[in-house]
Amino acid sequence: MKDKNYLDRDLLRFTTAGSVDDGKSTLIGRLLYDSKSIFEDQLASVEATSKKKGLSHIDFSLLTDGLKDEREQGITIDVAYRYFSTPKRKFIIADTPGHIQYTRNMITGASTANLALILIDARKGVIEQTKRHSFIASLLQIKHIVVCVNKMDLVEYSQSRFDEIVDEYEDFAAKLEVEDIRFIPISALHGDNVVDRSKNLNWYQGSTLLHTLENIHIGSDRNMKDCRFPVQTVIRPHSDEYHDFRGYAGRVESGIFKVGDEVTILPSGFNSKIAKIIDNEKEVQSCFPPMSVVVTLEDDIDLSRGDMIVRPNNQARASQDIDFMMCWMGNEAFDPQKKYTVLHTTNKVRCVIREVLYKVDINTLHRQEEDKLIAMNDIARVKIRTTKPLLIDSYTQNRATGSLILVDEATNNTVAAGMII
Amino acid sequence: MSNSLSHLKELEAESIFIIRETFAQFNKPAILFSGGKDSIVLTHLAKKAFWPAKIPFPLVHVDTGHNFPETIAFRDKLVEEFGVNLVVGSVQKSIDDGKVAEEVGINATRNRLQITTLLDTIEENQYDACMGGARRDEEKARAKERFFSHRDEFGQWDPKNQRPELWNLFNGLKHFGENFRIFPISNWTEMDIWQYILLEKIEIPQLYFSHKRRCYVRNGTIISENGFQELKENEEVKEMQIRFRTLGDITITGAVESDADTLEKIIGEVATARNTERGGRADDQRSETAMEDRKKEGYF
Repeated sequence: MKDKNYLDRDLLRFTTAGSVDDGKSTLIGRLLYDSKSIFEDQLASVEATSKKKGLSHIDFSLLTDGLKDEREQGITIDVAYRYFSTPKRKFIIADTPGHIQYTRNMITGASTANLALILIDARKGVIEQTKRHSFIASLLQIKHIVVCVNKMDLVEYSQSRFDEIVDEYEDFAAKLEVEDIRFIPISALHGDNVVDRSKNLNWYQGSTLLHTLENIHIGSDRNMKDCRFPVQTVIRPHSDEYHDFRGYAGRVESGIFKVGDEVTILPSGFNSKIAKIIDNEKEVQSCFPPMSVVVTLEDDIDLSRGDMIVRPNNQARASQDIDFMMCWMGNEAFDPQKKYTVLHTTNKVRCVIREVLYKVDINTLHRQEEDKLIAMNDIARVKIRTTKPLLIDSYTQNRATGSLILVDEATNNTVAAGMII
Repeated sequence: MSNSLSHLKELEAESIFIIRETFAQFNKPAILFSGGKDSIVLTHLAKKAFWPAKIPFPLVHVDTGHNFPETIAFRDKLVEEFGVNLVVGSVQKSIDDGKVAEEVGINATRNRLQITTLLDTIEENQYDACMGGARRDEEKARAKERFFSHRDEFGQWDPKNQRPELWNLFNGLKHFGENFRIFPISNWTEMDIWQYILLEKIEIPQLYFSHKRRCYVRNGTIISENGFQELKENEEVKEMQIRFRTLGDITITGAVESDADTLEKIIGEVATARNTERGGRADDQRSETAMEDRKKEGYF
């Protein structure tokens, strides 16, 4: 049977960003179409709408722009999630708008991604938007960037033009913290090097885009070293069979836990050992990220939501003073006089703003220490003090224990994302 | 042993995390149970999330009164097996109470009437979070839905004012009277659901498997004979070999002609399917934005 290998498949989440005319929708449409993830009724509906709009080609953006306003205005406003799979992998695309006024959506899409796909128009080369997307990928600690130099057909499939763009990008990327950057010359419109190798680009020795996405190694991207298990909730069955059962439900955010391991409970500091690990209604010997499990301890210790299980010799830092890079997402400007609610792992606390250190120009990466007015989509370095210590690591070390969000106490809206330094 | 998960195990872990967040962040959550495969998988995930404790939420079923009898029998069996509470919101009762009026005309359905019954059931029972089995791959308006979807005190969805959802930090804070719809299996596709049903040996209603049934064809959709809809002049009931890809109200759920009588065959069929599973749903075909419009009013 065709899908017999469904158990061996893994999952890759990637983000794209782009504006109306750089071919992003065409590229996504091509990936979905060539991997047979677009159905006839979807295609028929998109074809009909394209015709109604007077277009001669199929406008693939109509597939991803799902909301009425987006379709009417012809722009992507919100993050759209798209899915496709090949026999090797399942893919989740977080498709985000590229314009500066949607920085917050790009950050949202990037926050869960393993990889960022960046599109460059071969005629235009590296532009402000390219730098912005790359900076966001770096800020959010995405480990892999695939740069697609698109519209190669419009520069006569020129190798020297491609090399020029690669040089230009590498020059700028030296300032970023991304370990793995790859370049692929493509034409999304004609399908060159998207799924199939291109005869027009014989000088290119590397892989096609789909082959790259299918084979890029993400297994070692997860932090398997620092054991962090934030407790979500306590499981007490109150049944005869499990009368004294007291389990801690949560997800392994990093590190590997094994039955018998010595552990420390934060913030209390008590030590115990792992008695049982339960996954999928069965006892297992070990667990690793991103498994959702139930853990029991050998000693009777009172744990609750917000506590964290770690190893005695490798603990998260407990701190009330937190220094982080903040992306402001609220409609109203940031008000340093207000108190905000902080959500971090499974904890909820309140905070006051201690200091705004500087704002970052997202296009040039320059620090602005004079202008500290923060509006929607601005990125700034901020210090806060919380009502209770949070159990933190730096974001570069740990995406889960290094990230937080701020919530406005009047509206309950999520107004900022933070990456702890 | 390798320390990496297959895509199905990773999706399972993500859904369980979200179900537990729902339990921890809300006072009175519930599972919206339709009897279809997605809500069955969701209920199984909820069981895994709290084992060895029981599922700590009731199952809420909005009953249009136009059901497949098999769905109701399946629901009652599952409720008993899992030891959960069942709460039924009845569209018939909403009609009898004069809160909604039955649609008239040949294509009349109770699909839209469900919204009122659902909102009333949520209000009466004071549920502050209702988990549903909707998936983002189902429909274009759903592709932009959040895991934690905020609804105002009228149950309405405002697609332009959704909270950004970053990392795995889910913001369930709300004002009194507001509630959330929560979609733990957002990232699953139809194929993932079928593969998981096979992998975990999850029991599903026989309606999903190929069987003989008396049906008629309306606007290109195969509808089961049901006794609720009048036939048009050119329509005729005949026996067909069919199965259902989705299960909803019997008057709008389209069947496909199929010989797939095992899960393996169904997966083979899904892999080569040329139309989306909701392609057979008359409720989505009313207009290009039918789903978005219903969602804004408070639909799942």
